[in-house]
Amino acid sequence: MKPTIDGFYGNFGGAFVPEMLHKNVEELKNNYITILSDSEFKKELAGLLKNYVGRPTPLYKAENLSRIYKTNVFLKREDLNHTGAHKINNALGQILLAKKMGKTSIIAETGAGQHGVATATACALFGLPCKVFMGELDIERQAPNVARMKMLGAEVIPALSGSKTLKDATNEAIRYWIANPEAYYLIGSVVGPHPYPDLVARLQAVISKEIKQQLLTENSIENPDYVIACVGGGSNAAGAFYHFIDNEDVKLVAVEAAGEGVNTGKSAATFQLGSLGVIHGNQTLVMQNSEGQIIEPYSISAGLDYPGIGPMLAELLTSKRCIGLDATDLEALEAAKLLTQQEGIIPALESAHAIAALEKIKFKPTDVVVVNLSGRGDKDMDTYMNYFKNGK
Amino acid sequence: MENRIEQVFKQDKDLLNIFITAGYPKIDSLSKISQALINQGVDVIEIGMPYSDPLADGEVIQEASSVALNNGITISNIFDQAAEIRTMSNSIPLILMGYFNQLLQIGVENFLIKCKRSGVDGLIIPDLPVEVYLSEYEEIFKSFGIKMSFLITPQTSDERIKLLDKACSSFIYIVSDNSLTGASSDRFNKKQIAYFKRIQGLNLRSPSMIGFGISSKIMVKEANIYANGAIIGSAFIKALEKNEQMSFIDKLI
Repeated sequence: MKPTIDGFYGNFGGAFVPEMLHKNVEELKNNYITILSDSEFKKELAGLLKNYVGRPTPLYKAENLSRIYKTNVFLKREDLNHTGAHKINNALGQILLAKKMGKTSIIAETGAGQHGVATATACALFGLPCKVFMGELDIERQAPNVARMKMLGAEVIPALSGSKTLKDATNEAIRYWIANPEAYYLIGSVVGPHPYPDLVARLQAVISKEIKQQLLTENSIENPDYVIACVGGGSNAAGAFYHFIDNEDVKLVAVEAAGEGVNTGKSAATFQLGSLGVIHGNQTLVMQNSEGQIIEPYSISAGLDYPGIGPMLAELLTSKRCIGLDATDLEALEAAKLLTQQEGIIPALESAHAIAALEKIKFKPTDVVVVNLSGRGDKDMDTYMNYFKNGK
Repeated sequence: MENRIEQVFKQDKDLLNIFITAGYPKIDSLSKISQALINQGVDVIEIGMPYSDPLADGEVIQEASSVALNNGITISNIFDQAAEIRTMSNSIPLILMGYFNQLLQIGVENFLIKCKRSGVDGLIIPDLPVEVYLSEYEEIFKSFGIKMSFLITPQTSDERIKLLDKACSSFIYIVSDNSLTGASSDRFNKKQIAYFKRIQGLNLRSPSMIGFGISSKIMVKEANIYANGAIIGSAFIKALEKNEQMSFIDKLI
């Protein structure tokens, strides 16, 4: 699914950036497709994804979950990537792009810290200085990832404004970029001004490309019936959906974080609670009040509490090409427990939201259901231990 | 009186534009501070509409915005105070500065109607790109007679400056420096002066004002050499914090 030349997916997208960023965004827009299509770039990225990241990641048939849900559940094991999540696919691609564009320093925002770790890793590999902006609250709740970033040589800069989470980290990264336009801004999700949503979607599209190949060659299945992914900004969903979007027989399911419940005032379910607005340089669905002030979202998962949603996902959801579901904190925690005890896989809290959706869909026994397991749960052990210590 | 902005730039004097965050330090401060500014001879008043996610603002204005929002400032309250300022002076241009999402939620047309009714003359919307303005909104701005400013920065190419100048119906806002951190010196540096001269050499049709990081009388003078005036934001907010706004303005004029 490609945006228009101005970066719009239907009514969503575009580049609403202050003039200070015009030159940077324009430079990226004019170069990204040429560089991404270059055969040398493709070869270098493919080599890194294979031998450094460990791709292709397995497509694992989860027999125990399949028995419970009386269908055929496959897990796309993005959690087995180097650094523990899908974020590295994008970070490496953009680092190579930044190098081709002659950039010598990198900045990034991070929520759960997975994108920060992926970026810090890529920067360590290529010897580039790296600053990662992270909300002060997220620094607290994702301490292991902060320690990893620091050990990798990145400078972690706390975002102290607003809700002190992902949206504020993004604001701070953009402000730093305005003041230091020579830096390359390595966005971690399919958000931001055009061309970032398209750039990140293309770099994550490897997920759905592999799913398609693995279903066919390992299981003689042409196409899945369902692809399920969690959505904050939407990068793992965009990657898992990408090559299936044009095939209407494949049902795409995006699972948002409901927090304590969609209508409790403590939620991050942007598709259900948002309206058309502008955030971080693109027009999309935004959680906001009647005067356009952004509402601070809430989820137990630091990677999903974002008050916007990538413009491509906004279009897929509003056009009903994609089914929007949600999972609460409790449902995600229970899903994490189920996956751990049934399959021996501890998922990231973000990915646990996608697993939770299995409860919410009536599958046929013949259905082929692929859940994108976007990350692993090491970073969330504190949260899990706190929840489960009361014998839950 | 039609087009107060044009009128003000016809004057043969150094022009001073003061930026105030509406709702800071108190919810009703805007109209009170404006009365004092008018009495002191300030030429243009720029009103910041506090926003939850002010991407193009430095720390001082971010903090002021956050205080103002906690004070309960709303857009309709800002328009009420603007109308009150208009009763104090029929000639001073009032410019609103805010973010595009604020217009989008209220509705661009509805917003312009409110501007017109309360005597607001122009807008500065840093995150509304000129291309979108020209294709979607220029006509409606014109029909309400609300003027639009555009920002240019040290990175803006001559070609793009010409495009922004053409689209501009108010003054060009010359951002003196990419840094958003406010004043760091009481003089412009050589690089900044060279940048101002480059813009001056383009002989723009629109008047221009220099802003970002201006804090001293010398800088106001210099801004008036290379452009048609100076804009002071963060330094004024800092003076407000210390309740020294009167002496601060006196020192500049």
